[in-house]
Amino acid sequence: MMDQYAETFREETIELLSELEVGLLELEQRPDDADVIGRVFRALHTVKGSAGMIGFDAISDFTHEVETVFELVRSGSVAVSAELVNLTLAARDMIKSLMDAEFGGQPIDPEAAEQIVAALRSLVPDTKEIAPPVEAGIEATEPEVVEETTYHIRFRPPANIFHRGIRPLALLQELARLGSCRIIAETDAVPDLDELDPELCYLYWDIILATVHDEDKIRDVFIFVEDDCDLKIFAINDDLLDAGGGELRLGDILIQHGDLTHEQLAQVMSSQSKPKLGESLVQAGVVSGAQLDVALEVQAQVKRQQQKRQAIDEASSIRVRSEKLDSLVNLVGELVTVQARLSQTADGQDSPVLSEIAEEVERLTWEMRDHILNIRMLPIGTTFSRYQRLVRDLSRELGKEVQLVTAGAETELDKTVIERLGDPLVHLIRNSIDHGLESPEERQAAGKNPKGTIFLSATHSGANVILEIRDDGGGINREAIRERARTQGLLTSEMETNDTELINLIFTPGFSTVGEVSSVSGRGVGMDVVKKAIDSLRGSINVSSKSGEGTTFTVKLPLTLAIIDGLLVQVAEEIFVLPLSAVEECIELSREDVASANNKNLIRVRGEIVPYLRLRERFDLDGELPDIEQVVVAEAQGQRVGFAVDHVIGEHQTVIKALGTMYKDVKGLSGATILGDGTVALILDLPPLVQEAELDERELTDSIQEKMISFQ
Amino acid sequence: MEYLTFKLDGDEFAVDVLKSREIVDLRSVTKVPQSPEFMLGVINLRGSVVPVIDLRLKFGMAKAETTQATSIVVMDVLVGGETIIVGTLVDSVEEVIELDESQIEPSPRIGTRLNTEFIKGMGKQGEQFLIILDIDRVFSSDELLIVQNAADPAASE
Repeated sequence: MMDQYAETFREETIELLSELEVGLLELEQRPDDADVIGRVFRALHTVKGSAGMIGFDAISDFTHEVETVFELVRSGSVAVSAELVNLTLAARDMIKSLMDAEFGGQPIDPEAAEQIVAALRSLVPDTKEIAPPVEAGIEATEPEVVEETTYHIRFRPPANIFHRGIRPLALLQELARLGSCRIIAETDAVPDLDELDPELCYLYWDIILATVHDEDKIRDVFIFVEDDCDLKIFAINDDLLDAGGGELRLGDILIQHGDLTHEQLAQVMSSQSKPKLGESLVQAGVVSGAQLDVALEVQAQVKRQQQKRQAIDEASSIRVRSEKLDSLVNLVGELVTVQARLSQTADGQDSPVLSEIAEEVERLTWEMRDHILNIRMLPIGTTFSRYQRLVRDLSRELGKEVQLVTAGAETELDKTVIERLGDPLVHLIRNSIDHGLESPEERQAAGKNPKGTIFLSATHSGANVILEIRDDGGGINREAIRERARTQGLLTSEMETNDTELINLIFTPGFSTVGEVSSVSGRGVGMDVVKKAIDSLRGSINVSSKSGEGTTFTVKLPLTLAIIDGLLVQVAEEIFVLPLSAVEECIELSREDVASANNKNLIRVRGEIVPYLRLRERFDLDGELPDIEQVVVAEAQGQRVGFAVDHVIGEHQTVIKALGTMYKDVKGLSGATILGDGTVALILDLPPLVQEAELDERELTDSIQEKMISFQ
Repeated sequence: MEYLTFKLDGDEFAVDVLKSREIVDLRSVTKVPQSPEFMLGVINLRGSVVPVIDLRLKFGMAKAETTQATSIVVMDVLVGGETIIVGTLVDSVEEVIELDESQIEPSPRIGTRLNTEFIKGMGKQGEQFLIILDIDRVFSSDELLIVQNAADPAASE
């Protein structure tokens, strides 16, 4: 039981600490923002409270000290300074370490914690005077969600209000900005047309306003007219509701508004034969139709408010262990497979009833699949704060001025993808700060803002998410790459490379152009690791760079890892799945085409020559070659490559299953999937397939060259 | 302890019954390219993709024609600290028997045609000898590597 609480505590605290970090970084930009100070304080307070409850006293005591300082910041007696932010960030890291220690991590040197505490205390003018903050409780001192209150406002301006140059409409509009507002114009004082003076105001208004603001704020709206007008503000609170058994009674509203007295109500009630009180009251002449309308509107508004509260309660989120979601995804995967079988069976049965059921199941299955995959989607912005901190710390370490600008934080990605994306992104950002951006002096000399900028953006593009990491630095030094590639034997002097090929060499293992090794990057382990990590997420990475203007890394990632759209192809007896996202088109390849290309594995696709490889040859499959093969043209390794197969069967929603430990060394396969007929098909991983083919070709040409040399 | 017994090339083998999950009929196996011959491929086991090993080939015996009796014994195998589910192709599944520790003798160093590392001991049931397998050892990663290296020259031909 305790473990379970502890685990929940840990999950919550990790979230709170990242909130804290975001808050602190915001404070650095806007030191006076009371909202942010409040957020920081609440995060600290909650960490302290829940750590105390669970019995992690070290965390609780330490956080208490930090909270004490922020209590003073909140009350305005201590100002936010760079030092305070620095110390609090250090304190945040200390809380994390303390927590890790509780969960079996490295024990903490108590002195380090004490140093932070002492430094924090030194920021406070006079320590003795500090009152202890509100004692540990789970509730934060300020409610997270401010409740709305409904007010009924009756605004009856003096008839000569226009003469004073005041427009009631403007007042009402201002009122409407305070919350959700229903305004009813009362027309019972409007005289007949021949008596009407167009310069006088005969109208008055009943306004039902649901707002988070208090009564004073409402009065402020009417500040210039309040003295001469008839302004009544009633708060419709829950006490009234409770008295009415959960529903606000019409009579109570009317009495509260002063439209009806208790006596009148009692009188009408006693003589009432009809079930509807409102109508009886109007008939009895004690209440006007308009007054009744207002009362009814108030009643409706209160009901809406209640429903809204209920909806908020219901929409509140629950915390679910991610393993549960994973098993749900697996189950849906199985369901998708079975559904495919059902559809296939139904197609062969010629039974309209069965077909109908199969279609219905198909529809439901897809809907369910979408919803479940959606549950696993998280906005990528949750990780952005981590990079803000990284940029802040790194720029100090390297003596560069850097700001991180992010966009598309709301872009959603599969949880697993986000988790596994963390390290590669950190590496890319480090790289941009270290290699990409110049020093402030160099930037100034080049006529740039001494403060460098790194843009990190995420956008949706079909079934993919595109991440961009862009810096406005000096760009990639092509000559340095060429030089380095030659010394490493990756390039021979006569080898021609185009620009894209050249700068993509930075993804080669062990490649680094920086002469000196910094603590940050430049050790030659880096870009290849990034590329590998992105590849393992079935994504791709590309780099483009303009000299003097900066470098852009573009990472393309699939939305989810669990299910992909696949293209089924057949080679001999075997069926394979190609990821549809990479496929561009399919073209026929006849024997004549092969002959006209002089038996080279090249095919002409609308004027462009595209190399292709035969899956039959790569996988050593036997069987007759069909007269007309199909070439699936796909994008792999940043180029167009064809894959020759016997037949293209069609699209298939592919639930990806791992091939497991025993086949982990097999290249060119990213997993397996189960087809409609229950058999297993292998999913091709295109980039490694192309890589292998390139390697083989190189070996082949090398050996031919050797033979020719020996022949000469 | 209880053991599940099965036949391979005339010899009778036994594995700890707790290691075996289920016995399924031979079904369509998808061959995985670039893998050693004894690794037959993968099957669909109620929605999971499970690798299948031909134990005959793994033990260096001749490949056999499949018969009605040919079965796949699905087992939990510990490989490199991780339990994985593996199907093993056998000629026929026999029975589940009870054997006391006293009925098990250490394996002889010679005469079993098998790498003695795989063998836990020899059991005796009537006149028939039983070779009791340590199935984790059979699939130990080192062993797999050796086989793979041995198979590599053949694969690259």
